[in-house]
Amino acid sequence: MTFVKTNKHINQMLEIKKLHKSYPIGKDSLHVLKGIDFSIKAGELVAIMGSSGSGKSTLLNIIGMLDEADEGDYILDNVPIKNLNEKKAAVYRNKFLGFIFQSFNLINYKNAVENVSLPLYYQGVNRKERHEKAMFHLGKVGLTDWAKHLPNELSGGQKQRVAIARALAAQPKLLLADEPTGALDTKTSYEIMDFIQELNDEGKTILIVTHEEDIANMCKRIVRLKDGVIMEDSYVEQVRASQYV
Amino acid sequence: MFDLDLWREIFQSISKNKLRSLLSGFTVSFAILLFTLLFGIANGLENTFNSFFKDDAQNSIFIQSGKTTKPYKGFKSGREIQFKNEDFDYLKNDFGDKVQYITSRVYKSLTASYKNEKNNYQIRAVHPDHQYLEKTLVYEGRYITAKDLQEKSKVIVIGRLVEEDLFAKTVALGKYVNLGGIQYKVVGVYRDDGGDNEERMIYMPITTAQNIYGNNDYVDQINLTYNPAMGYDEALSFSSLLTKKLKDRFDISPKDQRAVRVRNMAEASKGVNQMTSVLGILILVIGMGTLIAGIVGIANIMIFVVKERTKELGIRKALGATPKSIVRMIMLESILVTALAGYLGLLIGMGVLELIGDSLKQYFITNPSVSTSLIVGATITLILAGAIAGYLPAKRAASIKPIVALRDE
Repeated sequence: MTFVKTNKHINQMLEIKKLHKSYPIGKDSLHVLKGIDFSIKAGELVAIMGSSGSGKSTLLNIIGMLDEADEGDYILDNVPIKNLNEKKAAVYRNKFLGFIFQSFNLINYKNAVENVSLPLYYQGVNRKERHEKAMFHLGKVGLTDWAKHLPNELSGGQKQRVAIARALAAQPKLLLADEPTGALDTKTSYEIMDFIQELNDEGKTILIVTHEEDIANMCKRIVRLKDGVIMEDSYVEQVRASQYV
Repeated sequence: MFDLDLWREIFQSISKNKLRSLLSGFTVSFAILLFTLLFGIANGLENTFNSFFKDDAQNSIFIQSGKTTKPYKGFKSGREIQFKNEDFDYLKNDFGDKVQYITSRVYKSLTASYKNEKNNYQIRAVHPDHQYLEKTLVYEGRYITAKDLQEKSKVIVIGRLVEEDLFAKTVALGKYVNLGGIQYKVVGVYRDDGGDNEERMIYMPITTAQNIYGNNDYVDQINLTYNPAMGYDEALSFSSLLTKKLKDRFDISPKDQRAVRVRNMAEASKGVNQMTSVLGILILVIGMGTLIAGIVGIANIMIFVVKERTKELGIRKALGATPKSIVRMIMLESILVTALAGYLGLLIGMGVLELIGDSLKQYFITNPSVSTSLIVGATITLILAGAIAGYLPAKRAASIKPIVALRDE
């Protein structure tokens, strides 16, 4: 697979220009994203905030290649993302993106290490190497001893850590977290955020969608969406989660 | 291309989702089981019908004589009609190629003994053609020959059970058996599909019997087969012609039903053939019905399976699974489950048939079994059906956007 690389904006991880998206509702159409301009540099930790209906989920879906924009450009790591068919989208998702979901989305009949190695399976990595890499990433989230446990034997925080290990396993360019703490209590939420901050310290680019103010404040930059446009885009003083843990 | 990792994924998915695998497998097993049982029993019925007529050639005509019941041309009623060798020659020579095989029969009942063993047997003295008429299967030695007839040889061909009775475990061929005081050499041993009675007979040359037991040329019965090229109607008109000619020959009233009796197997075999083909159609309908029920069952289960897996498939897609890999995984899984379950159903079905097969004899079901090719065909049909039934929902599941699949309930 060859990617067309453009050498300008070499340090831009993600670039979005004049992004529009509408959904048809009956005869009318609902204009959800009304021209979003937005970019993320490598190593950033960005929170996207907004109430429901603000378009933040749609934006995340487009960035996650789960949905396609009607208009505008989307460039990820200098690769223009457009005209995606299902197969191409799957390959790009696998190569560029790691997903962390609110409800963890682990496969319930696979144990922790098998869940973590799944994206590697779809990369065509062989079994032995898959297992080694998966164990390494489980080690990073501190769950080496839980490798053989099924998701329903793990606590919520542990599940989310498995999910994070899984997102990291494929070594994606960009981590997308959709309300990663939405299903967790405050203490566990902060543990997870502490972990996300550590990953970011190591240089990972992370995008978090949240509606919780305290979680957003643990990022380095907050983008506020309202009615399909960016209301505010500002860098903030990062609150370290470690102080609450 | 054999993809070990893919099969690992499939095996894990099957073994970790036992209820689901069991449900889909059960439908298939049950369909194949029913299919096997129904076909086996239907085949058993057909076997029974066929066995009724297996004994004799299906184009046989049996001619027997009796007493006249009507006065005719100056003869009183009650006259005994007796066939003789000349009647046999007449039938053999005057009807050209319409007669295929022909034999006379003389019946005797004699005590046979060999060493200390002794038993009473039916003796049939016959012409060599009798072998083809009766479908006698000589497996040791030979049958009666034209030379035996010419020389009036004292030779006999004995049934399998006669050998068993008289010779126990020893070989009968070449030994001498005492029949009513006269020594006969055993030149052949035969089998017959007509049942035990047919295998407790002794055949000897007709000339020998006529010479020794009566010193006459009387014949008890004449059997013949008509040319198999004749159709049903031709065969019937041939037997009425025979009846008419024989009645003329013996001056019997055309209305006399007893003096000469000509029995044509064509009438009976036509009935059986009709019965068998109706049965065949019935079997086909039942089999198709079972298969269709199985296919519908699998289709239903597949829709359920894919629905249940929507979320898992969404996760896989978010992690980089291509739609093709999703479709392939689901279809291979469904094919594997279907094939294994089908095979299991087949084994159970054949086992049950084997187990109850003998006890069904009294219900006119003989040796109920199914041909392997039929079952393999049915299983392949079910697997294909499973694949096709699995393909559409799998395709749909693969095209669901991951974000929809992952949406929290």
